[in-house]
Amino acid sequence: MPQVWYDRRYRAVLWQILAVAGAVLLSWFLLGNLFDNLARRGIASGFGFLDSTAGFGITMSLIPYSEASSYGRAFMVGLLNTLLVSALGILCATVLGFGIGIARLSGNWLVARLATIYIETLRNIPLLLQIFFWYFAALNALPSPRRSYEFAGGVFLNVRGLYVPAPALESGLGWLVAGALAGLVAAIFYLRSAKGRLAGGAAIFIGVTGLVALAGGFSLSWEFPALRGFNFRGGGVLIPELVALLLALSLYTAAFIAEVVRAGIEAVPHGQIEAAASLGLSRRRILRDIVIPQAMRVIIPPLTNQYLNLTKNSSLAAAIAYPDLISVFAGTVLNQTGQAVEVIAITMAVYLFISLVIALLMNLYNRRVMGKGSA
Amino acid sequence: MIRWMRANLFSSPLNAALTLAALGLLYAALPPLIDWAVIDADWRGETRRDCTGGGACWVFIRARFGQFIYGFYPAVERWRVDAAFVVLIAAMAPLFLPGVRRKGWVGVGLVLLFPWVAVGFFAGGVFSLAEIETGKWGGLMLTLIVAGVGITASLPVGILLALGRQSSMPVIRALCVAFIELWRGVPLITVLFMAAVMLPLFLPDGMTLDKLLRALIGVSLFAGAYMAEVVRGGLQAVPLGQIEAAQALGLGYWRIMVSVVLPQALRIVIPGIVNVFVALFKDTTLVLIIGLFDFLGIIKAALTNPEWLGFSVEGYVFAALVFWMFCFSMSRYSARLERRLGGARRV
Repeated sequence: MPQVWYDRRYRAVLWQILAVAGAVLLSWFLLGNLFDNLARRGIASGFGFLDSTAGFGITMSLIPYSEASSYGRAFMVGLLNTLLVSALGILCATVLGFGIGIARLSGNWLVARLATIYIETLRNIPLLLQIFFWYFAALNALPSPRRSYEFAGGVFLNVRGLYVPAPALESGLGWLVAGALAGLVAAIFYLRSAKGRLAGGAAIFIGVTGLVALAGGFSLSWEFPALRGFNFRGGGVLIPELVALLLALSLYTAAFIAEVVRAGIEAVPHGQIEAAASLGLSRRRILRDIVIPQAMRVIIPPLTNQYLNLTKNSSLAAAIAYPDLISVFAGTVLNQTGQAVEVIAITMAVYLFISLVIALLMNLYNRRVMGKGSA
Repeated sequence: MIRWMRANLFSSPLNAALTLAALGLLYAALPPLIDWAVIDADWRGETRRDCTGGGACWVFIRARFGQFIYGFYPAVERWRVDAAFVVLIAAMAPLFLPGVRRKGWVGVGLVLLFPWVAVGFFAGGVFSLAEIETGKWGGLMLTLIVAGVGITASLPVGILLALGRQSSMPVIRALCVAFIELWRGVPLITVLFMAAVMLPLFLPDGMTLDKLLRALIGVSLFAGAYMAEVVRGGLQAVPLGQIEAAQALGLGYWRIMVSVVLPQALRIVIPGIVNVFVALFKDTTLVLIIGLFDFLGIIKAALTNPEWLGFSVEGYVFAALVFWMFCFSMSRYSARLERRLGGARRV
């Protein structure tokens, strides 16, 4: 063996060259196989298929879509549906999770026990099973449209979905957007000032938005769902797939968020609370000014992680045919075009992009919070 | 008793109201549930006509039980599955017995040898055992196979990736970071789709991989990436002085890692490792989406049988109970370890 072999630095360089060569050889081998196989099976390659006509319908879409639309349009529909269910799920899971997490720490024995049972049950059952339960067992047992459950405010629930009143725009959408922008700017200015509080910021945002929109002549009417014939017309409808998926995702993730919240609150040293109490602060103020700010610092990173998990878990929609990105794009589009490589690559890239963006935001936030007043 | 109730249930008006609300909730939910699941339920019988009580029809579970456990595995050959699991338990026993030395080597030997035994038993084709293709495997057996393979494969994959990520060589580090973040950034479903429809395109002509094997590869790599992040936490927790001391003794990289760093690092993150196992166990259900009949998949399939339509609640409740028992016992175990290890470190 030459002397060089025993030099750590040369060996490191050698290993790295070997690793790169191995990676290159492997991808060359795999790609070679891929092109052979594609040529043999007569599968087209490239992203041209995104412009051709899709020719299939989608049960729910937030943007205009018909069978004559392109595959690219179908992709957008799926992506928006994924984002919709993720956003709604994050909202519900957060509210529920914070409630249950606080309940678990409650001094009330019964309430704390119930919260523990909820957490230990829900998080130890596979999410897919829960989705099936809500979709095939629970929602299927709902009555037909004629015998719908009716809730206050024109909300109806039946086996075809959840019917809610929908806002119908009369005029002045531009003013609403302008108002929202102005409100956002005002709120940001307020929040950046020394006295900025989140609740105050939200109030300013809503107030400014409302004032500008009303001054500009923005008006809105509500369209209520009504039974016509065998089904409801008018208003908005949440299809049963969406309701089941949303229920399962929120209830499941809430159990994890509750644990995150509990750990965060428990991480605040008890001496802090005692010190605040001995200063004569009320319980409310202790919670608002001492516990929550410190707990949030611990809570935010794992909470973001749960949001990310929820977004990725929303892909289980494919199992009950909620038209999300996976079911529309990696399911129907893939089967119709056969272009597995392109379709899966795009799908993975979308999720990867979402993950990286959220991770980036989390790191930024972390840096800010850690920099501010940490010991 | 009364003092306890005053302190824990009725300490303030708000608490009293909460207690009453919780009691009301329990009163509204529990009696109908017990009626349905136990009192009005039917336990004995063969067909759905035996379900007359108006409650849960557990006859359905009973009639299909064999299929739920073994899938479409031929009934006369089911002893082979049992035998393989008995062998596994017998071989694992030394790991849990006190006083057995060199448990690490027993474990490594088990991981290297048992898969061959299991494949021999399950697939057959050797020792005059009839061949049974993987398409017939299913039920709880398949769930345990996927989980078991995922768990055993993810650990070495995860350790190697974590070591690579902590390596001082920039190229190795970059490759490992890219691999880990790629797998962690995408949902398991896309990985399984990739294994099911995309992987065959990357293989040379004439070479085919079994669908189950492809799913196993996907699951293992996916779990390996998550494992890598857990192990990395442990590696970072080992004091640098340990490595420097080992270097001063003249040990090489692998000796340092295997004898000094990893034993300490893995011990710290055992709870995290078990958590990955629990998550993996729950995620095995996703293989039903690419057409494998795991425990949940076979129950879902049985529910569409015209003879047993309308018993989905029973089916899913049973599945939930089984999954819950596995996952809950694992997470309890992890919590116990966490307490024990945490206590030991504080001393």
